[in-house]
Amino acid sequence: MIEPTPLLQLQSVSKGFVTNEGPLPVLRDVSMTLLAGETLALTGESGSGKSTLMHLAGALDVPDAGILQVCGVNVAGLGDRARATVRRDRIGLVFQQFNLIPSLTVGQNIAFQARLAGRYDRTFTGELIVRLGLSDHLTRYPEQLSGGQQQRVAIGRALAGQPALILADEPTGNLDEATGDAVLDLLLDLVATTGAGLMMVTHSGRLAARMERQLHLSHGALAAPVVD
Amino acid sequence: MVYTAFQGLFSHWWRHPGQLLTLLAGLALATALWSGVQAINAEARAAYDRAASTLGQDQLSRLVRADGQPVPLADYVALRRAGYLVSPVISGELRGDGARLRILGIDLLTIPPQAQAPVPITGGDIDIGQFLGDGMLLVNAATAAGALPADLPPLSITDTAPPAAAITDIGTAARLLAQTDPSYLLVDPDQPAGLGPLSDATDLVLAPPTQAGDITRLTDSFHLNLTAFGLLSFAVGLFIVHAAIGLAFEQRRSSFRTLRAVGVPLGQLIWLLAAEIIVFAVVAGAIGVALGYAIAATLLPGVAGTLRGLYGAQIDGTLGFNAVWAIGGLAIAVLGAAVAGAQALVRVAKMPLLAAAQPRAWAIAAARTTRVQGVAAFGLIITAVMIAMWGDGLLAGFACLAALLIGAALALPGLLALMLRGAERMARGPFVEWLLADTRQQLPGLSLALMALLLALSANIGVSTMVGSFRATFVGWLDQRLASELYVTARTEAEAAEIRVYLADQGLILLPILSTETRLGGAPADVFGIADDATYRDNWPLLVAAPDVWDRVADGTGALVNEQLYRRDGLRLGDTVTLDPGPNLPIVGVYSDYGNPTGQAIIGLSLFRETFPTVETLRFALRVAPDQVADLATALRDRFDLPTDSVLNQAQIKQFSLEIFEQTFRVTGALNILTLGVAAFALLTSLLTLAGMRLPQLAPVWALGQTRSTLARVELARSLLLATLTFGLALPTGLALAWVLLAVVNVAAFGWRLPMHIFPGDWLQLLIFALIAAALAAAWPALRLARTPPAALLKVFAHER
Ligand SMILES: Nc1ncnc2c1ncn2[C@@H]1O[C@H](COP(=O)(O)OP(=O)(O)O)[C@@H](O)[C@H]1O
Ligand SMILES: [Mg+2]
Repeated sequence: MIEPTPLLQLQSVSKGFVTNEGPLPVLRDVSMTLLAGETLALTGESGSGKSTLMHLAGALDVPDAGILQVCGVNVAGLGDRARATVRRDRIGLVFQQFNLIPSLTVGQNIAFQARLAGRYDRTFTGELIVRLGLSDHLTRYPEQLSGGQQQRVAIGRALAGQPALILADEPTGNLDEATGDAVLDLLLDLVATTGAGLMMVTHSGRLAARMERQLHLSHGALAAPVVD
Repeated sequence: MVYTAFQGLFSHWWRHPGQLLTLLAGLALATALWSGVQAINAEARAAYDRAASTLGQDQLSRLVRADGQPVPLADYVALRRAGYLVSPVISGELRGDGARLRILGIDLLTIPPQAQAPVPITGGDIDIGQFLGDGMLLVNAATAAGALPADLPPLSITDTAPPAAAITDIGTAARLLAQTDPSYLLVDPDQPAGLGPLSDATDLVLAPPTQAGDITRLTDSFHLNLTAFGLLSFAVGLFIVHAAIGLAFEQRRSSFRTLRAVGVPLGQLIWLLAAEIIVFAVVAGAIGVALGYAIAATLLPGVAGTLRGLYGAQIDGTLGFNAVWAIGGLAIAVLGAAVAGAQALVRVAKMPLLAAAQPRAWAIAAARTTRVQGVAAFGLIITAVMIAMWGDGLLAGFACLAALLIGAALALPGLLALMLRGAERMARGPFVEWLLADTRQQLPGLSLALMALLLALSANIGVSTMVGSFRATFVGWLDQRLASELYVTARTEAEAAEIRVYLADQGLILLPILSTETRLGGAPADVFGIADDATYRDNWPLLVAAPDVWDRVADGTGALVNEQLYRRDGLRLGDTVTLDPGPNLPIVGVYSDYGNPTGQAIIGLSLFRETFPTVETLRFALRVAPDQVADLATALRDRFDLPTDSVLNQAQIKQFSLEIFEQTFRVTGALNILTLGVAAFALLTSLLTLAGMRLPQLAPVWALGQTRSTLARVELARSLLLATLTFGLALPTGLALAWVLLAVVNVAAFGWRLPMHIFPGDWLQLLIFALIAAALAAAWPALRLARTPPAALLKVFAHER
C-alpha cells in the first residue's frame, strides 16, 4: 500500500499575535499531519489556539515560524494571491457563525465557491442540495433560515467544489444538541462520500469520539488526546 | 455622572481625530457652498441697488429739456424764484488716457434729501470747504482703484458713491466738463403749498423716476439662475450634512451601547448628543461661512464682469462682509445638522441595548423605504410634468423644478436597484453576480450620498446647458440682429442731419431707425420704423413668419412683434395688433428680443412716418467695411462729440459678449466643480460609514478564495459603477431641469424663451469628472480594505463577536 499524501503537515509551527498588552504567543512548536480522507477532531479549552490552528490550516494566515504545508504547498512562502487560490480550490470552510454571504440566495451561496474555483458540477451540487434538505429554500436569503438550515447551507458551500480538505470550526457550537447532531451526521456522511480529509474543532468528547483521530491543544501545544 | 458620560462620548473623537475632521469638513463644505452662492447673489444685488439709486433716480422726478440739451440756467433761476424746490445737476463723462469717469455735479445746498447724496454735511471725514472750494471727487474704492482720466481734483473714498462715477460740487463739475447749464433738475417731492403744478410753470419736461430700471430686470435673469443654483447647492449640502452626522453616530454605536449598559440614562445620552451636534454645527458652520466668503471673493470679479458686460450693470468686483448671509450660513449649518441629527437621535433612542449587526434585516427595512420613496417619486414627477404642461407663472415654474428634482432624487435608489437587478440577470460568473448583489445591498447606506451626487450632476448639466444655450442663442442673435456694422444715435434732428451729410460724403449707406413709445393693444410699448433693406431681409432671425413677411412690412400692410408681446397676449400669426394712435395691422412675423421687458412692434419706415409725424430721425444703422469700423466710430465720436454709447460697434459688442459668456462659464464651472466635490465628499463619508459594517460581509468572500486587493478593487469598481448609473439618471434630469429653466421659468419671469441647445461634449467631460470624484471617494476606504490585516478579517469568524 502506498503511503497516502499528507493533506496537512505542520512542523514546529509557532504563531502569536501582537496585542495592546504586548506580544501574545498562541501556538507553540506544533507539529501534526492529516492524511487524505482522514477525519480528525481538535479539542481544547477556549483560548487554547484551536481556531488559530484552523486558520493556518486554511491558508487564511501564515505561521511566524515552522513549516506549514497545505495540500503539498508551502503556505508560508506564498503571497496573498496564491494563498487565495489554495483556499478557493482546495479547502472547504465551515464556521461556528455560518458566515454565509448575506446578499446571495441559498442556491447562490452553495454554488459560490465551486463556481469561483471552476469546479462546479451541476449534478453533484443538485444531489448535495437534496441530501441537505434545502431544495425548498434555494431562492431564500440566509437570514430567512434557521440556524441549522444556515449551517447546512455552509456545509453545502464547503462541499460543492469537492475540495480535498474540509475545515470545520465548532460547526455545531451555535446549534442545539439535536440539530447539531443531525447536522454533524450529514457532514460526516458527505465527507465520507467525497473522500475529503476533515479537521473539526469541537468541545464535545462525544463528537470527537466519532472521528478517526483526536488531538488536544493545551495552551498552544499539542498534548495526548483525552479520551473519556 | 454627566462628566463621565461626556468623557466617554468625547474620548471617541480623541482616538479618531480623522473622523472628527471628516464630520467638521462635511458640515463646513456644505455651509461654504451655500453661503458662497448667497454671498455672490447678495453682493451683486446690493451693488445694483446702489447703482439704481444714484442720486435718487429711482425716487425723484427730474426736469429735462425735450431735446435733451442742458437746461438753461435762466430756467432754473426762474423756477427757484417762483419758489419751486428744484436742484441742478451737471452730469457728463470725462475722458482721457483711455479711461472714462462719469461726473455728477450736485448742489449741496438745494439737493433733496431723497437723493441720498453721499456727503455727510456735519463733521466727519469729508471736508466741506474743500468740496465746495477747490473741488473734490467722491468715489468708491473700486472706482478709485480703476483707471482714471488725468488731472482730476483730489479723490475722497466714500463707500456710498455710485459705481464708476464721481460725485462732486456742481461748480467743480462745470469746470471739469466745461458746461455751465445744468443737465437736469432734480424735483423735490415736497413742494411748498400754494404753488401751481410744475408743468404750468415751465416748458421743461417732467421725467418720472426710473422705477425698476432695465438693469434690474435684466440682471434678474442671471440672479434667478444663481438662486436656482444656490437652492440646488443647499440641497446637496443638506445631504452631506446628513451623511456626516449619520457617520458620526454609526461609528459610535458601540460606545452608546456601552454607556447605556453602564447606566447612563437614555435621556442624558440624547441630551449630550444634541448639544454635541449643535456645538459642531456652530464651529463647522463658522469655518464654512469663512470658506464661502473666500469662494465668493474669488468668484465675484468674474460675476461682476459678467453682469457689467452683459447688462451694463455696474457692480464692484469686491466683496463686503454682510452679517445677514453670514448668520444665514450658520443657521443653515445648524438647521441642517439639527434635521440630520434628529433622525440619528431617534435611532439612538430606539437602539436596543444588545444587538448584532443584521445587514439583511436592515436591507429589508430599507427596501420598504425604497418602495415608499418610489411611489412618492412617481407622484412628484407626474406633478412636475403636469405643472410644466398646464402651470402658469413663476411660482409654478419653481414648483415644477422642485417637484422634478426631489422626484428624481427619491426615484434614484429604486431605479438603481432595478438596474442592478437587471444586470444580475445578465451577469455571468459568480463573482460579478456577487458584486452586483452586494452593491444592491449597499444601496440603502449609499442612497443619500448618491442622491447628492445625482443633484450635483443634474445641476451641473442643467445649469451649463442653460448658460450654453444662452450663449449660443444670444451670440447668434447678436450676430444677426446687429447686422449693420455701426449704430449711431444723434441727440437732435439737426445733429442727425449733420451726421447724415458727413456720412453721405463718404459714400456710406445709412439705414434710419425710428422709434417711439406708444401703446400696442392697450399696453405701453415701443414701435420701430425700419427701412426696407437687404440687411434685414437677409439677416433678421424670425421665430415665426409669413412667407412674404418683408414685403408686407415694407409696404405697410403688416407688422412684426417681439416675442414678449406675442407670448404675453397669446397672439398668433395673422392676428391684428392695434397701434394707438395708428392703424390695425396683421402680425406677419415674430422676432426674439432677449432681455426686453416691454412689448415691441416693427413697421415699415413710410408707415411709421405717416403715423408718427413728429418723431425725429435720430438713429441710424451704418454699413461699413469691417476694417474701417473702428476708425469711423472714433471719427464720429470726436467730430460730433458723441457719448460713447451713442456709437455702437457691432464687432466690439460681440467680442464683449463672448468674453462675458466665458466669464459666466468660469463662474458656473467653478461652482459646478465645488458641488461635485461636496457630493464626492458625501460619498466618501457614506463609504466610510459602511466600511465598518462591511467586514462581516466581505470576510467570507475573502476566506472562500479572494485576495484583499481584489476586494478593494471591487469597492472601487462598485463606486464607479454607481457613479455611472447615477450619471445615466442625472442626464435626463439635468436636461429636464434646463428645459424647465429655459422654457418655463424664464418665460414666466421675463416673457422670452430661450431655445435649448445641447452639448454632448460637456456631458462626456462631466462623466469623467463624476468618475474621478467617485474614484477619489472610494480610494481611501478601498485602500484601507486592501491593507486590513488578515487578523482583523479572522476576527469576524471568532466566536466571541
Ligand atoms: N486576531 C487576533 N489578534 C489578537 N489576538 C488573537 C487573535 N485571534 C486570536 N487571538 C488570541 O489568541 C488566543 C487563541 O485564540 P483562538 O485560537 O481563537 O482560541 P480558541 O479557538 O481555542 O478558543 C486567544 O487568547 C485569543 O484572544
Ligand atoms: Mg475558536
